[in-house]
Amino acid sequence: MDFALHESGEAFRSEVRVFLAEHLTQDVRERVRRTGTVHDWRFHRALGAKGWIGAGWPVEFGGQGRGPWELRIFYEECARADAPTDGLSMTLMVANTLRVAGTEVQQREILPRVLAGEVVICLGYSEPDTGSDVAAARLSAIRDGDDWILNGQKVFTSLAHEAQYVFLLTRTNADAPKHRGLTMFLVPMDTPGIDVEPLWTLGAPGRTNRTFYTDVRVPDAARVGDVDGGWDVMTAALTFERGGTLGAVRALEETVAWARTARRPDGSAVIDDPLVRRRLARVAIENEVAALLSHRTTWTAAEGHLPGVEGSMAKLFSSESVQRCTADLLDLMGTEGLLTQDQPDAPAAGAVEAAHRKAAVARIYGGTSEVLRSIVAERGLGLPRTRAAR
Amino acid sequence: MDLAPSAEQQARALAVAELLAKHASPERVRAAEPLGFDGPLWQHVSARNWPDLDALLDLALVAEEMGRHLAPAPFVEVAVSRRLLRAAGVDVGVGDATITTLALHDSSSGVARLVPAGAVADAVVALRHGELVVVPIHGARPGAPVSNLGCLPIADCPVDGSDATQLMGADRAGAAHTRAVDEWRVLTASALVGLAAGALDLAVNHVTHRHQFGVPVGSFQAVQHRLADLATDLEGARLLARKAAWSADQRASDAPALAAMAFVWAAGAAHRVTTDSLHFHGGYGYTLENDIQLSFRRAKAWALVLDDPERELSRLGDTLYAVVG
Ligand SMILES: Cc1cc2nc3c(=O)[nH]c(=O)nc-3n(C[C@H](O)[C@H](O)[C@H](O)COP(=O)(O)OP(=O)(O)OC[C@H]3O[C@@H](n4cnc5c(N)ncnc54)[C@H](O)[C@@H]3O)c2cc1C
Repeated sequence: MDFALHESGEAFRSEVRVFLAEHLTQDVRERVRRTGTVHDWRFHRALGAKGWIGAGWPVEFGGQGRGPWELRIFYEECARADAPTDGLSMTLMVANTLRVAGTEVQQREILPRVLAGEVVICLGYSEPDTGSDVAAARLSAIRDGDDWILNGQKVFTSLAHEAQYVFLLTRTNADAPKHRGLTMFLVPMDTPGIDVEPLWTLGAPGRTNRTFYTDVRVPDAARVGDVDGGWDVMTAALTFERGGTLGAVRALEETVAWARTARRPDGSAVIDDPLVRRRLARVAIENEVAALLSHRTTWTAAEGHLPGVEGSMAKLFSSESVQRCTADLLDLMGTEGLLTQDQPDAPAAGAVEAAHRKAAVARIYGGTSEVLRSIVAERGLGLPRTRAAR
Repeated sequence: MDLAPSAEQQARALAVAELLAKHASPERVRAAEPLGFDGPLWQHVSARNWPDLDALLDLALVAEEMGRHLAPAPFVEVAVSRRLLRAAGVDVGVGDATITTLALHDSSSGVARLVPAGAVADAVVALRHGELVVVPIHGARPGAPVSNLGCLPIADCPVDGSDATQLMGADRAGAAHTRAVDEWRVLTASALVGLAAGALDLAVNHVTHRHQFGVPVGSFQAVQHRLADLATDLEGARLLARKAAWSADQRASDAPALAAMAFVWAAGAAHRVTTDSLHFHGGYGYTLENDIQLSFRRAKAWALVLDDPERELSRLGDTLYAVVG
């Protein structure tokens, strides 16, 4: 056994840090904060120029062929620096799927632009009435000669207001069992009939979207995978998604830095209070556990296995832990912890207040905690399946 | 990074498991109560040199198996105290069945209170007025059990007699004792991980076969989801305990912090796993005839032999964030 990260990884880590220090300018952060859009084109294109959008892709696909550990380090550093990588991760999920299930034309036309950082692809899965039960999607696609006509609504289509394409889950057969009547399309966002409406979130601030599709006409060439075979394409994409994240690493760092300098009315430093130190220690332990569980996911993948249960555990633990820990870090700041980023005297420049709001979403998207617990229980522990309506 | 035990480590874990399946069955564990010591089992374990393994990680992997079987044998205490004795230059025989133990707290009062394995030990190593001493324990063995929650062979050990031998002077005694207690934390964390894994297996097995309302109770989400959280906490505890052992072997600077983290997390996880595993057995879990009560009692006891885990957390807070100077 060996718990050290590989040395080549550490060299790469410094390279990523240098890059982030240069490109994650105050200007970029300010724009993310103002627009609630966790994506920045200049930053994204810089990633493309560096070759890091395709960091993990094989060289013959235009990538750098980096291993799972280097990718892990890349994402850890981005998370620690709070880099706006929503566009990157969503686009890669779809691009990975296209590499496996896309047509030759789709691969030739789209993948190089993805790698260059010119294209962002958003995910059109969730609908007003279907979330966790994603296979119950209703947005309809009806064949019309060589084309398809799309009608319906999606919700939580994050980055739809920036993306060039939407990876769209549609219903092509209403009579088949729900998993067997779905078809995936890759639809250009400038196709007539698509409307995007902002949906503001608790992020500080954060934006996602409602998207409306009215008689949207797309050629059959926009289809990804077989007709009524959309579920297989979807599940392939989902396996690229779960890996677990860091715990409340940044929030802890910010709080410790604040506690070392901030003074209580009696003149003592906040960190002099043993109660504060004990609570920081509890967060430090949870962060260590979160990191180990997610490293285990990476290790499992690096060993050539599909880390389904491991990834679910890691994501379940880290997202629940971040919610607990950011709440506790906020509490230990006392009343001042309430102050938001725009207040000059907000502790840690309001970073923990912001982290605490954002923490709520991690347990919801990418599989809610309840969905993940069922995976761990049934696939990991082998418990008898819950009888749910089909 | 490589999270798989080596072939040698796996083979050893298998050998430990096989031995314990034979000599530390639930019946033997019960028969060893209330003292919490099984002489023939200890002969087997010590004769195989397992307490004398070099690397803390190797010891940790054995401790996991010991914990899983609730083995009534002072493996952790002997391993840790022998390391300390060897560090002091004492020639300790490999494969020896002699039981030495470690007083975990400062014993300057003259009596080391409720020392783990103290009731069955031949000698205790203690920190007394800044110096490290080894004191033989006289009297009939097995010692008189001190009735306690975990049926642990704990006992008060006098360390102020004239038969105490100095092992280290004040110059290095404190640091050496601190390190030994850190090793005890790591190995106890490992044992707690094994214990909790065994308890979780019992719970999973029970809820899979127990039917109510016409379905297995393990198909209810209220049951499934708590077990999923527990399995996740436990997996984290396992990784953390192993990492703490590995770091100690590497003499990494964060080894003391990791030892405390591993101990606190494993103590909490083992408590949660065993209480809920008992709970999901329903009324049967509350009966003495059910094996889950064996792990339920020990999960609390093994950790509390050191101290209130919350106080351990305070110590960790001081280690990580104390303002120097
Ligand atoms: C900020 C944000 C960004 C998002 N981005 C995207 C995006 O880009 N594209 C996209 O398609 N979607 C996106 N989503 C949607 C996200 O995937 C869904 O919110 C998520 O899948 C949950 O679905 P739901 O919101 O409909 O909740 P529901 O599925 O209605 O769940 C409500 C509650 O019921 C629980 N529940 C549901 N099913 C079960 C079950 N079987 N057992 C036990 N409990 C259950 C859930 O855990 C949850 O607590 C985003 C969401 C947010 C908040």
